Amino acid sequence: MTDFAGWLMPLRYKSETAEHTAVRSSAGLFDLSHMGEIAVTGPGAGAALDYAVCGWPSALAPGRARYTMLCAEDGGVLDDLVIYRQGPERFMVVANAVNTAVVLAELRKRSAATSGAEVQDETAATGLIAIQGPNAAGILSTVTDLDLADMRYYAGAYGTVAGCRVWVARTGYTGEDGFEIFCAPQDCERIWMALTQAGEMLLGPGDALLAPALRGTTPPSPAEPDGLMPAGLAARDTLRLEAGMPLYGNELGRNMTPYEAGLGRVVRLDKPSDFVGRKALAARSEEGPRQVLIGLVAKSRRVPRHGYPVMSRTGQRVGVVTSGARSPTLRTSIAMAYVETDATTPFGIDIRGSEEPAEVTELPFYDRSKQG
Amino acid sequence: MSVPAELHYTEEHEWVAIDSDTASIGITDYAAQSLGDVVYVSLPAVGSAVTAGEPCGEVESTKSVSDLYSPVDGEVTEVNEELDDDPGLVNAEPYGAGWMFRVRVAVGSDGEAALPPGLLTPVEYEELTKSAG
Repeated sequence: MTDFAGWLMPLRYKSETAEHTAVRSSAGLFDLSHMGEIAVTGPGAGAALDYAVCGWPSALAPGRARYTMLCAEDGGVLDDLVIYRQGPERFMVVANAVNTAVVLAELRKRSAATSGAEVQDETAATGLIAIQGPNAAGILSTVTDLDLADMRYYAGAYGTVAGCRVWVARTGYTGEDGFEIFCAPQDCERIWMALTQAGEMLLGPGDALLAPALRGTTPPSPAEPDGLMPAGLAARDTLRLEAGMPLYGNELGRNMTPYEAGLGRVVRLDKPSDFVGRKALAARSEEGPRQVLIGLVAKSRRVPRHGYPVMSRTGQRVGVVTSGARSPTLRTSIAMAYVETDATTPFGIDIRGSEEPAEVTELPFYDRSKQG
Repeated sequence: MSVPAELHYTEEHEWVAIDSDTASIGITDYAAQSLGDVVYVSLPAVGSAVTAGEPCGEVESTKSVSDLYSPVDGEVTEVNEELDDDPGLVNAEPYGAGWMFRVRVAVGSDGEAALPPGLLTPVEYEELTKSAG
């Protein structure tokens, strides 16, 4: 267990490698109740959010979701968010636990001028359980009244899971198909147990995966489904890294705009209304990013980690690793790094004093749609 | 968590098994569990000299990297090359297939391997891990 933004969170349940592999080959269950949920409601909710974030929430149809960002006046990223439109006059903003207080304060401040918009912190009143992986839909479908086949990626609906009233969305942070279940905190345990039992009924005990994954001499075969396993923060981090998804504090922060992270598409300069940061973001869009986020695959088996320098052939420091790991799926050492826009390959990563060659690779490292 | 009775231990969580003039070395079950899944082990070269208490390699897990300390003085005679392909052996069998390296140590006039002072008995090591929480 570890302290994470004031929440006591499991880093791993048993083996983070087995947990990671379970999500890629079968399914994993995550307790994400630490995430911040902020409701923006009322007839002015859409307009208030359009001004507050760089996306275009009022253009979302009810039942749809969008990844977006909250930026400062200078374009710096205050948090990355998923906004769900749960009804014509109700949006749920999901924030990183570490940033929830900032997001809440900014949403309140930025919506003050808009009439008919109310901002409410629902974090403490909301539990969040995610089930992710190719078997997620099969498992969840046995304990919900929702027709999951009809639910598109980045869509959501009210329904029941294990008899409890919930909001289910087809979203996640793993690079796999999966669902996030927002529920009342007192229903978390019941939902968790129901999913665990459904997983065992369908696939057998999840622990069956543990031994072969730990031994790890042969890559797991996606053709052989394994059970549902509870998964912790360590697996969540390697899963999102393989999927090329940014983590606030690593790839995103106040000192960069969405353009540096290669996420300029989230900035809706085509939105008719003004929004906080528009001027600075429009300028950055014109002049181009000041750094670029790249993917690196190191030839060494040593692991590149957050903060390690990226070096040019001539021994100049041209960038820094933001996230790195030994990839359980690809069985190589992978990293995301910011480098200067004019830096030229080949690159090396300074791993505690010795430089290891690293090849630039397209992000994401892992794309489920490209797997056989 | 297991602490086999026939082994010696260090405060840095290595174990040592002595067989005449050869010391086999690895990290303890406690260390492996605390680190999480081991993803890479860097070991001293065969033929190199190691010194008790000095770092001679690295153990990388998902979340951290730790120095590996030699518990004894001597010359490295063998390293566990299996760990290159399967570092997870350290978690699965820390006292067996997850061993790390072997060192030829000096043998005293009584025919017993001369071990450096400061190694812990199983009971002392268990105490250490309990006080560490």
